[in-house]
Amino acid sequence: MLIRDQNAELVERIRKYSVADEVEVIVYNTRNALTRFANNVIHQNLAEENVAVSVRTVFAGRTARATTNKIDDEGLKRVVEASERLARVQHADPDLLPMSDAGEGSRSARMIPGRHFARTAALTPELRAEMVGRIVAVAEKHRLTAAGIVSNSETAEGIFNSRGLSTWHTQTAAEISITMLGTDSSGWQKASSPDVDTLDAAALAETAARKAVEAARPREIPAGKYTVILEPAAVLDLVGFMFYDFGGLAILDRRSFLNDRVGTQLFGKNINIWDDVAHPLQSGSPFDGEGIGRQKLHLVDNGVVRRLVYARGTAARMQRSEVKDKVGPIEPTGHGFPLPNEVGEAPMNIVFGATNNPKTVDEMVASTERGILATRLWYIREVDPYEKIVTGMTRDGTFYVEGGTIRHGLRNFRFNESLIHLLSNVEAMGTPVRASGEESFDMVVPAMQVGDFNFTEVTKF
Amino acid sequence: MYDIASWALNIGALLGASYADVRIGDDRQRALSTKNGKLGSASDTESLGIGVRVIADGAWGFAASEDLNRAAVEATAAQAVQIAKASARVKQHDVYLAPEKPSTAEWTTPIVIDPFAVSVEQNLALLIEIDAELRSVRGVTLAETNMNFRREQQWFASSEGSKIHQTKYTSGVGYAAYAFAGSEIQKRSYPTSFGGQWQNKGYELVDELKLIENARRVGEEAVALLKADQCPEGVFDVILDGSQLALQIHESVGHPIELDRVLGMEANFAGTSFLTLDKLRSLRYGSELVNIVADAREEHGPGLGTFAFDEEGVAAQNTLIITNGLFTGYLSSRETAPMIQAARSGGTLRAEAWNRLPIIRMTNVSILPGKQPLTREQLIAGTDSGVYLETNRSWSIDDKRYNFQFGTEIGWEIKRGKRTRMLKNPSYSGITTEFWNSMNAICSREEWVLWGIPHCGKGQPQQVMGTGHGAAPARFRGVKVGLAYRGNA
Repeated sequence: MLIRDQNAELVERIRKYSVADEVEVIVYNTRNALTRFANNVIHQNLAEENVAVSVRTVFAGRTARATTNKIDDEGLKRVVEASERLARVQHADPDLLPMSDAGEGSRSARMIPGRHFARTAALTPELRAEMVGRIVAVAEKHRLTAAGIVSNSETAEGIFNSRGLSTWHTQTAAEISITMLGTDSSGWQKASSPDVDTLDAAALAETAARKAVEAARPREIPAGKYTVILEPAAVLDLVGFMFYDFGGLAILDRRSFLNDRVGTQLFGKNINIWDDVAHPLQSGSPFDGEGIGRQKLHLVDNGVVRRLVYARGTAARMQRSEVKDKVGPIEPTGHGFPLPNEVGEAPMNIVFGATNNPKTVDEMVASTERGILATRLWYIREVDPYEKIVTGMTRDGTFYVEGGTIRHGLRNFRFNESLIHLLSNVEAMGTPVRASGEESFDMVVPAMQVGDFNFTEVTKF
Repeated sequence: MYDIASWALNIGALLGASYADVRIGDDRQRALSTKNGKLGSASDTESLGIGVRVIADGAWGFAASEDLNRAAVEATAAQAVQIAKASARVKQHDVYLAPEKPSTAEWTTPIVIDPFAVSVEQNLALLIEIDAELRSVRGVTLAETNMNFRREQQWFASSEGSKIHQTKYTSGVGYAAYAFAGSEIQKRSYPTSFGGQWQNKGYELVDELKLIENARRVGEEAVALLKADQCPEGVFDVILDGSQLALQIHESVGHPIELDRVLGMEANFAGTSFLTLDKLRSLRYGSELVNIVADAREEHGPGLGTFAFDEEGVAAQNTLIITNGLFTGYLSSRETAPMIQAARSGGTLRAEAWNRLPIIRMTNVSILPGKQPLTREQLIAGTDSGVYLETNRSWSIDDKRYNFQFGTEIGWEIKRGKRTRMLKNPSYSGITTEFWNSMNAICSREEWVLWGIPHCGKGQPQQVMGTGHGAAPARFRGVKVGLAYRGNA
């Protein structure tokens, strides 16, 4: 892995090679390892080390980016030349701001908890195999078949520019995902953390196995509107579809479902959402793609969207726009993606607010007269961009609840549900936890009990 | 490069690997885009590295590094062996590979114009011109264009003696117009969604697509959709345009025929498949008109799944997947082929890049055109009542690939053989085999296009792969339409 001192030398070489007005260098160095198992055996097992050096140059309002993993002199010269060649032929963009300087980058910088854990970085293939062995033992105990992953990674990333900005972040990540398969049922659990010692492979395996056993011999009930209890991973994968619309550029482009809705009572009054990179259950770097510190923002306040997130350039454009008085406070918030890009910015460290009266999933089940418990959702896609209708399937543990008790497993459903409707009909919430899904980035979200969830079809299993 | 590969192969053998292969990849990509008359992105990316795959103690290991110095390459090979030996701690049987004769080959995508030789100025000028044409339509609130090029060089060498050097070119180009008004956002894309058309071609693809000529119509349709009638809910005869049928094939044929899914190897993420082994050569997958192949050969066309050899050195093949409606074949690899008693791999193991483990991927999974001459207009003229649906907007299917739902950007009602009123927000859904058995017409060769789907995700860590799908407009009887908006009106 590159260390910060090596980066300084690398950046100095790049600056020397460049004749551009301004130069920005993003360095990303990663080691990943992943052990994959299925049918109770390890069938894929890999490790990778890579580095990316990404150079953005600016000539009088023209900018472009080039990226390489060849960090010898020849490779660095070539990446600088490629960036400059692309930049020179652009039309000048009057909205392009000078690069941020060191002061601007650190002004909103926040202290975050340490996210680099030596034991996570040092996890060997033998130790990952041991964890898989524990998972498979649980599967065999329950006469099930296990599939999944155990992975660990270590990353270092930094942003440096010719105006003196210099940021650096290192972290580790570990992840366990388990599917337990029975003859006609399945169960699933997944967890991630910077610290592998907080993950309990056997406990996750037991929960996934219990779900597979309890979901056996699934029955079919008709599609329709039901009270649904969504476990945190299911909530995450649904709500993840709306956060790119919280970017200022999405509003300016008029592609956001929040157009003409900021400041209105869009969701239920029990919905509060923050973006908070420093939250102890969050992960990721404390700066954005231009090196600006990520602010903590109260995006949704008692169901009202109060704040949008902004890259520097987007904030400047919004200040001049005709909707500037309708979008709440406008300022760079440290949520921009590396320039140049089409998307602008997005909040990536979502934390749902805790309710005063949190319920466990068991308590939600106990209070449900007739409903459905969903462990995991799958293949979610946007159907309608403004009403924010999304479709998808339930998967790996769907249960019928009646009279406050889980009665039996169910054949899986297709849903077509508006996220506005969903977050306006939350009847109970759990304590927010760090959750990990497949369709969206990890978040801190609660389980939710939601009224009138819209299931439209039933599949064959 | 073969010298570098030999360093890794030698270390693999020394440390006890019973099999090893090495891929050295040199990848170059260019991405350009515009948005509302301004630059969206402009980036060049290059990546060079080595991936070493071994079998040791009867189990798999893989390691990859960007460092091609001898010491680093040897360390990477040693790491692959160490990983394989760790894998062997949780195994039931030794890995067995279907036999394959070693090959020595050199292959390059046949292109007319090297896309990297065309100036960026020329590329951007074209995108800006398209963008301006889109925004010349009153009511278009957002215009986006993109152009992408890739050149992947790969040197493959195996402990069995294969040495294969392939250079693959990919081009992609497209655009979209958005119209926002009131409480609606509508969108039209050209030539299709997912960044337009993608093929293994050079810059000639850009020249072939009549991009400027279609821009105004696309903008006008986006705006017209705001005032169009909502697509009704009901059961209708449906005609799908070729690009939507391509995605239908991808999701409801291409994925379920992947043998690794069928065998449970993808159960945790991508899912499994309803196509259990007992269904091979017994399941009536579709109507007699349905003939689908997985063809990676150059003669199939410049699809994103066209190559000379897959990434374990197996030559490109044409596998019959559905033959006159009968399910006849899976996508397989050297490890999975023996599990269906096949003598040889189907040659479909592919990796996103040098740093990823190759897994079974679609090649060009294409429906063959109808044998009787039939144009799209004739197909519509022969339809008494139904809907014509064009250009994908949303897509979703369950993890065994039974129940699907697709939305398209636009639809038209068909009445007495005529395309009549425009319909917005169309969707259709169904069960895979019921749907394919309802196909009762498909257009002939002149309407057949080899579409590219550039961003198919599969595997852990997830790999993104381009796949090809030849398709022509086709008609399906009695399809459920409009459920996506039920309960959401």
